[in-house]
Amino acid sequence: MSDLLIELLSEEIPARMQKKASDDFKEMMTTALKEAGLVYEIAEAFATPRRLALTISGIPDKTPDISEERRGPRVDAPEKALEGFMRGAGVTRDQLEEREEKKGTFFFAMIEKPGRATTEVIAEALEATVRNFPWPKSQRWGDGSLRWVRPLQSILCLFGSNVVELDIDGIKAGNTTRGHRFMAPDAFEVTDFADYRTKLQDAKVVLDPAMRKAKIAEAAKALADKQGVEWVEDKGLLQEVAGLVEWPVPLLGSFDPSFMEVPEEVLILTMKKDQKYFVTRDKETGKLAPHFITVSNLEAKDGGAAVATGNGRVIAARLADAKFFWEQDLKGKLEDNLPQLKDIVFHIELGRMSDRVARMKALAGFLAEYIEGCDPAEAERAAELAKADLVSGMVYEFPEVQGIMGRYYAKAQGESDAVADAIRDHYAPAGPSDDCPSAPVSVAVALAEKIDTLVGFFAIDKRPTGSKDPYALRRAALGVIRLITENGIRLPLEHVLGLAAKPLKPYLELHAEGGEDAILKHLESMFEEHLLPFFADRLKVQQRDLGVRHDLIDAVFAKGDDDLVRILNRVAALSAFLESDDGSNLLAGYKRAANILKIEEKKDGKSYDQDVHEAALIDPEEEALAVALTRAGADAEHALAAEDFEKAMAALSTLRAPIDAFFDKVTVNADDEALRANRLALLSQIRAAVNTVADFSLIEG
Amino acid sequence: MTDSSSTAKRNPDAMPFQKMLLTLQNYWADQGCVILQPYDMEMGAGTFHPATTLKALGPEPWKAAYVQPCRRPTDGRYGENPMRLQHYYQFQVILKPSPANMQELYLGSLKAIGIDAELHDIRFVEDDWESPTLGAWGLGWEVWCDGMEVSQYTYFQQVGGFDCKPVSGELTYGLERLAMFVQGVDNVYDLDFNGAGATYGDVFLENERQQSAYNFEHADTDKLFADFKKAQEECAKLLEAELPLPAYEQCIKSSHTFNLLDARGVISVTERQAYIGRVRDLAKGCCEAWIKKNGWEV
Repeated sequence: MSDLLIELLSEEIPARMQKKASDDFKEMMTTALKEAGLVYEIAEAFATPRRLALTISGIPDKTPDISEERRGPRVDAPEKALEGFMRGAGVTRDQLEEREEKKGTFFFAMIEKPGRATTEVIAEALEATVRNFPWPKSQRWGDGSLRWVRPLQSILCLFGSNVVELDIDGIKAGNTTRGHRFMAPDAFEVTDFADYRTKLQDAKVVLDPAMRKAKIAEAAKALADKQGVEWVEDKGLLQEVAGLVEWPVPLLGSFDPSFMEVPEEVLILTMKKDQKYFVTRDKETGKLAPHFITVSNLEAKDGGAAVATGNGRVIAARLADAKFFWEQDLKGKLEDNLPQLKDIVFHIELGRMSDRVARMKALAGFLAEYIEGCDPAEAERAAELAKADLVSGMVYEFPEVQGIMGRYYAKAQGESDAVADAIRDHYAPAGPSDDCPSAPVSVAVALAEKIDTLVGFFAIDKRPTGSKDPYALRRAALGVIRLITENGIRLPLEHVLGLAAKPLKPYLELHAEGGEDAILKHLESMFEEHLLPFFADRLKVQQRDLGVRHDLIDAVFAKGDDDLVRILNRVAALSAFLESDDGSNLLAGYKRAANILKIEEKKDGKSYDQDVHEAALIDPEEEALAVALTRAGADAEHALAAEDFEKAMAALSTLRAPIDAFFDKVTVNADDEALRANRLALLSQIRAAVNTVADFSLIEG
Repeated sequence: MTDSSSTAKRNPDAMPFQKMLLTLQNYWADQGCVILQPYDMEMGAGTFHPATTLKALGPEPWKAAYVQPCRRPTDGRYGENPMRLQHYYQFQVILKPSPANMQELYLGSLKAIGIDAELHDIRFVEDDWESPTLGAWGLGWEVWCDGMEVSQYTYFQQVGGFDCKPVSGELTYGLERLAMFVQGVDNVYDLDFNGAGATYGDVFLENERQQSAYNFEHADTDKLFADFKKAQEECAKLLEAELPLPAYEQCIKSSHTFNLLDARGVISVTERQAYIGRVRDLAKGCCEAWIKKNGWEV
């Protein structure tokens, strides 16, 4: 038993790729060991900006010997068959034995495979891993043809205390590595993982990303404390920064407080995204403080003074740019930007941004009618201005603050808070965990934006396919679903989609030849066949994450409803009902009735969807069932009309006992044909009554 | 802790701008590079120089370094922005095949111009390079020095749509930025140019003012549209005549003409892609003709 240590030293690996790379490295190597029949104790992988390292402990020095018995052809088989068998098994005639079995006498070969040296397995596995590594992007370098994320410089591979012999395109495995690029660049030898880790630490490399993160967090917090401000932790940034340094040395830098008049979103973006700085906040007010923390990769000989000064100058220049744009943009009004939206193409087949804004405006005004407390004029105004910041200097320079800047500029020109907030919020929610707007005007504009996107791209046949969704239509549909359901908006979706599509007609001539009628037909079939099912699919995906059964959504969607709030209420009531005893029994009864009907209807080639002749009911159980059905059906419909789904379910639950009794006592397939037909009709009434609530045939279980 | 607010004054010990440039030339000459003078045509980046674009193709080794003045008409600010210029210098190095110690060589060049790696935080931050007009891409980094991007470092994978075999390593130094960093000045026009009293502003400020006015206000767009068309036609004709080098000059010309038209704001967003596509087609044609002319396998 020995331990394995591998290090692949390369030029700087992009921070965002390191975590997955170390996971993949471990997975590929351990899988290869397992496939060779090798066991191990613990495997651990690490990544730094310049290296992937892997340690696997307790691997046997040899793969197990394998003896395998293989049955060949019968002894009376043609010679050719025997030759083929011997070739395949790698044995000669005298190594075969004959054995009698039930079906005759067969040749048997005993194949003995001695175990291989583990070092051989490791060498092969490592070469295959390097050559097939799943980097998101890889490159060649020099005059070689090997691909790696950036040029691969050296390979360290030790099994026990021995170097594993290995040569990948001229890179020979050895037992040396190098430390920090600047502080300890010389090569040194290592003997095993513990030695490797210690010597790296001495050579100013913290191997474990978790330790680098901890070191950064601790030092950043202390620096902020010393300055009397609060360090703003940011997990994503911490992960990224830990991937940019082998020896993290956080430093505190500052910028001129006069930059604080620029909206803090822009300051934060500049510091975080462009410079990878952590921001700090005032401990009392929570406002952004003019100090940042940068994480350098160096214990500088001046204690980091030059590094901090340099970074301060860079951020000052960037913030000066931002301040310039802020001041420039404020010289004009947001609405003055509107004519320029004509110059931006939204999509070549869907017109310019100004066209889109006109569509959003009309739609937002219409949607306002369905949203409690939403002033249609405000919704229209917010939609009209929603995209105006796209041509501002600030958003041109910092596209990520779209919407956010629109809000500032709207307020500056005296728009109401509701309008300004809606401009900021209209891109939301951007995903399943993003905040969903709830202010009425924001909801109207956010819905209008997404519905215009969905209807437009579906109308021109640019639906998502497989993993490709270039216009983020899945996200838009999820956004619509969340906006509607989380705010309880009672929206006739199909009607709204039709309305949203109307202004698209001029663009659709390419997709439907034959004038207005053809376009309308194209739209109608597009919605029915694709867009509404797309919403159903997205709703299922979203609700599945919340633990709701997809078959129940199908069962309710099949009723043709397009009011998402009502659909979910109905699904919830149905779900609760099916979990009850009455519900599961009723479902069983329904399935039994539906099955019998299916068989008999097929046999007879006709449907039994018909009224029951009350006079022809003989047994008390069938009479009781007929009475119960009439009452339950009426009660359920009444309750459904009032959208009291629990009550509708309760009405159905009264059917459980009569149905059970019916199946217990009554023979459906009676000899008397009229009697049989009437009983089948009775079953069809069960089906009809239950299906008023949901299509039970789509419910599983 | 040092307060790093910007109060820096020009570092009197730092190299003047031209000394830095000469030092880089000497450094790379010592590494065996051919030292070229700037290409005598307007271009947006040193990569456009045939010593990079065309020489990156084919199997033959090549090492070159040169200063290339770059023209970016849309970046003009009439001399009023402390960092943006419509005319500036790039120092360009191309090493083919990219040597195993290229990072060390690059760091050596920084040391030569006075950047002490024990004092400054030098980092290689992921930045993949792509030139849609040249049909070229590569992987590499932007190099940060104390948080400032001072160079672009790229391993070319494709140029003109053709695989680079061997791979060339390209280094592009933004000379003004680098000098601002080294000298510790916040305004490009304050750079010490020659160590004998001349500033960058003395040399270039008036040029920025006048050229910005030309780029944004006076460039004759009808003539430029005609020039663009003419360059396109001329390029195609020269490609037919199997003269890739003069053909490529027409490609460079059409690219710059497009940049000027862009600055004049007469190219709409939709047309933009089409124009870039036209320049790319020329660049690809030139690369292909160059490969053929040299008898290399594609």
